[in-house]
Amino acid sequence: MATAARVDAPENHSAPVNSEAVVVRFAGDSGDGMQLTGGQFTLSSALAGNDFATFPDFPAEIRAPLGTLFGVSAFQINFGSTEIDTAGDAPDVLVVMNPAALKTNVKDLKPGGLIIADSGEFTARNLAKAEYDANPLEDDSLGKWQLISFNISQLTMDAVKPFGLGNKEALRCKNMWTLGLALWMFDRDRQPIIDWLNEKFAKNQVLADANIAALNAGHAYGETAEIGQSGAHIPQRHVDPASAEPGLYRTITGADAVAYGLVAGCQLAGVKMFFGGYPITPASSILHALSRLKEFGVTTFQAEDEIAAIASAIGASYSGQLGVTSSSGPGIALKTEAIGLAVMTELPLVIVNSQRGGPSTGLPTKTEQSDLYQSVYGRNGDTPLPVIAARSPSDVFDCAIEAVRIATQFMTPVILLTDGYIANAAEPWKVPDMSTYKPFPVTFLDHVPEGGFKPYSRDNKLARPWVKPGTPGLLHRIGGIEKQVDTGHINYSPENHQLMTDIRKGKVDGIADHIPDQDVCLGAAGGKLAMVGWGSTFGPVHQAVRRARAKGLDVSHIHLRHIWPMPRNLGDLLKSFDKVIVPEMNTGQLKTVLRDQYLVDAKPLNKVSGQPFRIAEIQAAIEEALA
Amino acid sequence: MNDMTPVKKTAPKDWETDQEVRWCPGCGDYAILKAVQRTMPEIGATPENTVFVSGIGCSSRFPYYMETYGFHTIHGRAPAVATGVKLANPDLDVWIVSGDGDALSIGGNHTMHLLRRNLDCQFLLFNNEIYGLTKGQYSPTSREGTRSPSTPFGSVDRPATPCAFALGSGARFVARTYDVAKQTVDVLKAAHAHKGAAFVEIFQNCIVYNADVFAGFTEKANQHQQLWLENGKPMLFSGGTKGIAMDMKALTLKVVDVLDGDWEAAGVIVHDVTNRAVAHMLVEMPFGAFPMAMGVLYDDPRPTFDGAVIAQNEAVSSGKTPDLQKLISKGQTWTVE
Repeated sequence: MATAARVDAPENHSAPVNSEAVVVRFAGDSGDGMQLTGGQFTLSSALAGNDFATFPDFPAEIRAPLGTLFGVSAFQINFGSTEIDTAGDAPDVLVVMNPAALKTNVKDLKPGGLIIADSGEFTARNLAKAEYDANPLEDDSLGKWQLISFNISQLTMDAVKPFGLGNKEALRCKNMWTLGLALWMFDRDRQPIIDWLNEKFAKNQVLADANIAALNAGHAYGETAEIGQSGAHIPQRHVDPASAEPGLYRTITGADAVAYGLVAGCQLAGVKMFFGGYPITPASSILHALSRLKEFGVTTFQAEDEIAAIASAIGASYSGQLGVTSSSGPGIALKTEAIGLAVMTELPLVIVNSQRGGPSTGLPTKTEQSDLYQSVYGRNGDTPLPVIAARSPSDVFDCAIEAVRIATQFMTPVILLTDGYIANAAEPWKVPDMSTYKPFPVTFLDHVPEGGFKPYSRDNKLARPWVKPGTPGLLHRIGGIEKQVDTGHINYSPENHQLMTDIRKGKVDGIADHIPDQDVCLGAAGGKLAMVGWGSTFGPVHQAVRRARAKGLDVSHIHLRHIWPMPRNLGDLLKSFDKVIVPEMNTGQLKTVLRDQYLVDAKPLNKVSGQPFRIAEIQAAIEEALA
Repeated sequence: MNDMTPVKKTAPKDWETDQEVRWCPGCGDYAILKAVQRTMPEIGATPENTVFVSGIGCSSRFPYYMETYGFHTIHGRAPAVATGVKLANPDLDVWIVSGDGDALSIGGNHTMHLLRRNLDCQFLLFNNEIYGLTKGQYSPTSREGTRSPSTPFGSVDRPATPCAFALGSGARFVARTYDVAKQTVDVLKAAHAHKGAAFVEIFQNCIVYNADVFAGFTEKANQHQQLWLENGKPMLFSGGTKGIAMDMKALTLKVVDVLDGDWEAAGVIVHDVTNRAVAHMLVEMPFGAFPMAMGVLYDDPRPTFDGAVIAQNEAVSSGKTPDLQKLISKGQTWTVE
């Protein structure tokens, strides 16, 4: 019988087992809808009050050839009743929709973890594509895990039969069947998902009904199925809500948080936003999000290339709006000359870099932190600019506001670093109260000041005036050629170039007086070991330090937001530790900058596999350093 | 009640800056600068609402010499910068100044997209068929066989035709003139009057690296080889003794003799600036067998890009209150008590 199920590790049907935290990974073909399944399971975790972190991991190919190893798309979620900072090291439960998904993911599963497999897809053809000589569901090769397999494809077809869908359409409901099963396994309410399906397929009620039927069938299967000879039931677990500060929460991805933060920053600055973008993975979602926010004074422009995207943003800044552009490493490389122009003309500009694996095209959908050198140093000439790095999807909101503040207050381009992980991952976000944010309104010069108008005169922060074309009496010309001090006229003289270079450096260095001191986010401000991170390594570093401290080790976690200029107290803070380790997803870029700036013996801890750090990897480094 | 600020009438000298002009003595750019400065008062422009945006090259120093707002950007990117300038403030009168290398080589992509989008601006391409500021290498408009420091044995690639490129990119206004032509002011006025991207190719004599390359029709003795086009007027040149007619068999243009001024009998075409097909033929006429077509070759406005962007921004914003708190609070939310 097609729906026959097999179970290797029978458990008795009983009340759900309580767990503190669970890691689940859904993996299937890139067309199987695993990202959607994961996203909705995330929502259900949020509504159940769990803390969580997610990690979507998908191929660069939109619809890779069916059943192939490189076409596997996965979504991991770690949810729990305690603080969750990472998507989890190793899954407790792995749901696989085909042999390729099993092959590429099973090695990550915890020993004794649970595999749920769609046996209907374990055909000879798919097994061959996944390079299996024998069906792993039918031999002992998965012996160290629990295995439950049944024909999800067939069960889905049966469930949606009444709706008269074609074979292909019917099978596309498989992911909802799987989600239904997962909802039962973790004791979750189906209603929010049903509401979402009704909304998503509002224009096609048959599809909505079919998907809901699949969802319900998966749920019912979990509840009733007696699997295997022993008549055992599928194990059910319950995760209590996490304690959290009171307030309104929502889930947020980094891409949405960037968009909202930029809008918020522009409101606090009192300027309109012009966003020039060009499609690139994983940064396009920022362009998508902003293009729907026109009522907030946002103009979006999909330019002909990365260079035009930033050049148009610079033009808009010259015109009196805040120019913003966004890309990923290869696109940032193309924008580099224009970034230099923005530094030279001292116009405000925000450049968002959603970093991905490099070099060149690299790993478009995988995450990496290897553009720190590019951000801090990567231009011709002495061309300093501020660099800010976000640590998590929700942190990007505040970082984007900070980028707008610095750009507009100091008349400078600012680079905001996120990465593919932050852009795509979701986490719970306590919705901030905007009335608690202090505005930083910009002032456009609109009259000839006493002593005459000089376009390159300076305020006490060394910022030059921002003048909107259209203002009478303040006509002036700017450009990429070296400027004469004050007047902005072309000037190639040695003394003037030295002076202007010093001013540009002094202005950016001086921003350090207008940013917060570096804090220690876990542990003491001095001691045996500091783990110094930046960007999306926050979660694993934080958890690793927490675990090491729980074992009594003297280790602290410092996490930088301001990469350039660095906080004034950072040098002294680092020197108050015997050892400094810098974990980063590159070959040691922040480590090099810290050594250069402070002559500290910062040691690297590097990973450039396209995957985030595991907590255990960092914890091992801590324990080794303190052994 | 609205106060009407009387518009101060400007004179050409009001558009000059205090900056020393740094082009080579005798450069055609001087004449173009003068022509632009003479055009400004005639079109009723105001300095504060005028922005000149340029790229890199000899021509691109232009903004420094215009008493307006100005932005000397980076090589090839003036159209992109200008797009941001105009979208952020559509009230500004935007002029782009570029050269053959800037607009057609390093910046060819931006030129194409600006023209197809139809940003409301004037695009002046100073074509001297050479790279001047880098000391004389051949350019994308240099004729085959051009000897230069980078092509000591002559260039082997075929040149681009700027006006054909512009039409092919979807430009709705295409005109041609040359640096010292007395008609340049009228051409610039027509370009300004056109709502949308107005592309003007200005042949410019580089006296140092490519002198007299246009002498075949700009020298006094050769000016009978200029065909000045006027809307509604027959396409006559050489003092009215020759004209352009249609070869109905070959479906191409041909040069015909006009006897006793009877151009109708000779079949000379009456210029219609909205005829795109004829415009394509006019810009492609090989010089020598044909005269050089000048003036407004094509002028048929369409809605502008900036107008469409602003209209959509307004349409989708109307009736919506920009409530940031509401925006960040939406989606599927939950409350922790």
